[in-house]
Amino acid sequence: MTINFILNGEERREALVSPTRTVLEYLRQDGGLTGTKEGCAEGDCGACSIVLVRNGSKRIEAVNSCLLTMGQLDGARVVTVEGLSDRGGELEAVQAEIVAEDGTQCGFCTPGFVMALYALRHSGETVTDEVIHDALAGNLCRCTGYRSIIAAARAATAVPSDVPGVMATAAPAAAEVYEAQSQKFISPRTLDDLIKVRGEYPEAPLLSGGTDLGLSFSKDRKVFPVTIFTQNVAELKQIVETDTSISIGAAVTYSEALERIERLYPSFATLIRRIGSRQIRNVGTFGGNIGNASPIGDTPPCLIALDTALALYGPSGVREMPLEAFFLDYRKTDLATGEVIASMTIPKLSENQLFRTYKVSKRYDQDISAVVGSFRLTIVDRIVTEARIAFGSMAAIPKRARLCEASLVGQPFNAETALRTGEMIREDFQPIDDHRATADYRLRVAANLFVRLQRDIEGADNIEVTTV
Amino acid sequence: MNSDGDIRGAVHSSARHDSARAHVTGSARYIDDMPLLPGTQEIVLVTCPYAHARIKSIDVAAALEMDGVRGIATAADIPGDNEIGPIFEDEPVLADGVAEYAGAPVVAVAADTFDKARAAADRVVVTYEELTPVLEIEDALAREQYTYPPQTMTYGDPGAAIAAAPHRIEGKLRCGGQDHFYLESNIAMAVPRDDGDLDVYSSTQHPSEVQHGVAKILGVPSNGVTVEVRRMGGGFGGKESQPAIIAAIAALMAEITGLPAKLRLRRDDDMIITGKRHDFFFRYQAGFDETGRIAGVDILMGMRSGNVADLSPGVLARALCHADNCYYLPNAKIRGYPCKTNTVSNTAFRGFGGPQGMIVIEAILEHIARELGISLDDVRSENYYGVDDRNVTPYQQTVQDNIIVELTDRLRKEVDFDAMSEAIDDFNLSHETLKKGLAMMPVKFGISFNTPKLNQAGALVHVYADGSVHLNHGGTEMGQGLFTKVAQVVASVFQIDLNNVKISATRTDKVPNTSATAASAGSDLNGMAALNAANTIKERMAGVAVEIFDSTLDQIEFRQNRVYAGNKSLSFGELAEETYNRRVQLSATGFYSTPGLHWDAKSLVGNPFYYFTYGAAISEVVIDTLTGESRVLRADILQDCGNSLNPAVDLGQIEGAFVQGQGWLTSEELVWDDKGQLLTHGPSTYKIPGSRDVPPEFNVHILEDAPNRFPTVFQSKAVGEPPLMLAISVWLAIRDAVSRTVGYRHLPALDAPATPEAILNTVDEIRGRDRG
Repeated sequence: MTINFILNGEERREALVSPTRTVLEYLRQDGGLTGTKEGCAEGDCGACSIVLVRNGSKRIEAVNSCLLTMGQLDGARVVTVEGLSDRGGELEAVQAEIVAEDGTQCGFCTPGFVMALYALRHSGETVTDEVIHDALAGNLCRCTGYRSIIAAARAATAVPSDVPGVMATAAPAAAEVYEAQSQKFISPRTLDDLIKVRGEYPEAPLLSGGTDLGLSFSKDRKVFPVTIFTQNVAELKQIVETDTSISIGAAVTYSEALERIERLYPSFATLIRRIGSRQIRNVGTFGGNIGNASPIGDTPPCLIALDTALALYGPSGVREMPLEAFFLDYRKTDLATGEVIASMTIPKLSENQLFRTYKVSKRYDQDISAVVGSFRLTIVDRIVTEARIAFGSMAAIPKRARLCEASLVGQPFNAETALRTGEMIREDFQPIDDHRATADYRLRVAANLFVRLQRDIEGADNIEVTTV
Repeated sequence: MNSDGDIRGAVHSSARHDSARAHVTGSARYIDDMPLLPGTQEIVLVTCPYAHARIKSIDVAAALEMDGVRGIATAADIPGDNEIGPIFEDEPVLADGVAEYAGAPVVAVAADTFDKARAAADRVVVTYEELTPVLEIEDALAREQYTYPPQTMTYGDPGAAIAAAPHRIEGKLRCGGQDHFYLESNIAMAVPRDDGDLDVYSSTQHPSEVQHGVAKILGVPSNGVTVEVRRMGGGFGGKESQPAIIAAIAALMAEITGLPAKLRLRRDDDMIITGKRHDFFFRYQAGFDETGRIAGVDILMGMRSGNVADLSPGVLARALCHADNCYYLPNAKIRGYPCKTNTVSNTAFRGFGGPQGMIVIEAILEHIARELGISLDDVRSENYYGVDDRNVTPYQQTVQDNIIVELTDRLRKEVDFDAMSEAIDDFNLSHETLKKGLAMMPVKFGISFNTPKLNQAGALVHVYADGSVHLNHGGTEMGQGLFTKVAQVVASVFQIDLNNVKISATRTDKVPNTSATAASAGSDLNGMAALNAANTIKERMAGVAVEIFDSTLDQIEFRQNRVYAGNKSLSFGELAEETYNRRVQLSATGFYSTPGLHWDAKSLVGNPFYYFTYGAAISEVVIDTLTGESRVLRADILQDCGNSLNPAVDLGQIEGAFVQGQGWLTSEELVWDDKGQLLTHGPSTYKIPGSRDVPPEFNVHILEDAPNRFPTVFQSKAVGEPPLMLAISVWLAIRDAVSRTVGYRHLPALDAPATPEAILNTVDEIRGRDRG
């Protein structure tokens, strides 16, 4: 009953640490590794970024250590800024280039940037400026204005990636149940085991990526007697593609699914790249985004528009339902006691179908939506024969725009019908005012997204400010 | 451009930030990284949940019983004065009787761990009687509720000038506040010494004020408190007055528990409890002729001071002193109202009122341009300060170093502003929903603290007998590269390589009675003080060299780590040893006070600034008229740094300030609810710019061959704040994009920040107006 992991190349076995202690606190307070900083404790600033190779994964990923719990480290490899170079020793390319470009000022955010770029440098990706911004969207710097850091990123990622030594060692086998400080951390390996444990501890939170639940540890300081971890459940990690659909397990992370989604639904992939940051997407899961049933979740409107079916698994077996029926009311779902979300199945687009989704927020990257509009249209001979349209942040739940859909079906989709359809938004939704946007703004933007959609479909250039 | 010989790291060279390597390896130590002494207490604050409330009772009995709790303090437990205001005595550390904003600290709890302190804080029972809060600037204006008396600057006869002018306008404008969002939140640790004195480690731009604040709270003399800061994880003004509050509480709990005590505000608490940039409400009138030349202006500035004055008098004075920006206002009335609201007390933030002063005059000029149907830059040309005439500011200082016309002409030419503007017209014609805009922003910024007494600095330099140098001064390092710059100054004086100059933490027992590292003046003041200290030692060493070489003083030359007299020479280290051997002092203090400053804070007349810095930026933006989203496509900057002490450091300051200013004017929106609760108190809700928000084409240049006309340290100029205001070009470019959608027929009613919602509202509103 230990948490086994490798930290900066060194084997660790922890038997006494609370399984929901954040990795950030462990590093800084227990490990004396103070290079990793706390900037916000909510996964939004990136100062706490570390590199993680999760149990059973080969991906070298940056994650926020403030939202990561010790239990999640079992079987993982961890690299912190201290693991990159010895004091006085040779600097890693990322470090050297940041120094060379004068990319530090106060230095507090720097270790986080170093780790985010270290992950990028060794990810094998083809690096463009877009990719650099993508990799850095989760790292805030208040001093430099980023120009120097971006220059360092270009230079460092041009240096060929050697296989980093700290990554060479295999992680030890992981434990199924860990208990310390009167807290159980259970990590079932199969779906049946998960259901069994779920039945035993119906109150226990399910922890997958922890990008939302992690806040209850980092900020709310909650202590749960039992936490159930789903990342090691084999069935939940599967992606199955057929001729007509793709099924994604509930514990699949955004990053793991991104490549396939990019191929099948490129517009959806563009939106996924705007969910949180890379650090968040490397651990955040589809099941989590659906399960916490937030009205501001970004994937549900897309998945609803795509006619996604949900597979729920419980003591009596599988129950399938359309995703849109799953959301009942604000943060209320149809999930029965003892049930878990197992997977979601998205039909592939047919030849005459198209899918687009648009997100509008105060900041392009890593921001919560003011509005998300998702549209799947079937167009035959220039006439819309079917429309599935869903919006997020417009109601207590992600919801279809039924009247908009009805207004469009049977019509050609032109500038005039786009305007007319947009006007129906006010019949479909009564959104609220909050610190992100007013209801009125949400309604106007949602209506205008039909104009954007129509121009997008007809092939107008520069649909969004980001493409200029 | 190493004008001082061949030593490494001389002034004017792009020496690396001294901590760059420590930053990237994570070894740079901030206060929360310091190893803890046994028994160190963590402090958690109990804050008032209401914007305005009378404290009826405080019951800490249950909390005191909790595991690991070593001490709990309320206002009643403060041994000295419960008062920490930096200018007026109006600011309690712990609320006493009445709490005047949601987030006001009421009780401090110290326990062995943070979680224990937090659990105990939850058990503290405070009962309140809710009082009616005043939450809006306009409400406070209507009630004439101020934190200190309003101030009016008057020059000429504005009333008559406006009345007699052929054209008149009037309007309103609002600009938002801004959270500093330094990555390291406020933190202090107080460690009792065996004699009862305190060592305080504080993330502060103003160690002396922390020292005074702690001493006052504890009722001890200043010599009982020593404050140290090696580096901050960002400051931006947010660690000028605010750290005294944090440190005072840490010191109080150290005093009560007899143990080291640390208070680190978590991000949300930091954003709720500590002050921000002042938001402003403006009303203006202006009279002008058909060319756009201003005859007179009358500007009302309602600033949100918050619940107490804090640094508002300085901020408002600077706002009043920058409402002219680069323009001659022959007749001006500029009225400042420090509105008292039941919100957190606003405080210093990079620019310190300058940005707010400038944004309103730019809005006025744009209003004039729309009124006359001419371009904003044509209106500017009519109004720029002259060099030999039309060169007196509304506070009656003569502008003696004006270069704004040549600087803006040069920038406009370099970017080919007119061609860019034409290209934008083409783009806008061919794009139905996206519209581009373009604007320039000229900036003139006054350098020196508005309060003359603050313009002084001290330094302490030791040369050890081996020739290595130890440097200390009153300035603090918050990332801006000050320590590197001052070390370059000392290296240049001694003509030794920069790596021989040891940089050390700022400490109140090494250099006393210091001013905040603020007002962009850190290197001007501390660089000069260090220069004076180093020169004192250098003269003594030169005297010894004269004896050794049997030469005259004018033959002695410090060059390339050696000291020469003709063809005889010693290494700097050898001469240091000889100086020691001959019992000549190798340590010296240095002092500097800026000459020629005076300021009458009542009449608002004087010479508050030693000199001005100048800069200009041109920004190109695109907006989406369907959603209000915007993006900066390109920015070109030309900034005057005098003879830059360190071009690499200055470049970083310019870029960082611009992007920070861009955030203030676009995505950074502070939202309070109707009860006075801040809703945007973390990065998940408060959006500072990210890497993608930086203009993809970002051309930043330092004006070359532009030595300061005043004898500053190596003819350099200050750089910290001025470039922030260059970002007003982004806001003006967004307004330009909106204006272009209606053929410049109307003035856009766009406040700051220009969030997507604000932009969409403006677009829809102006189009509605255009349709009639």
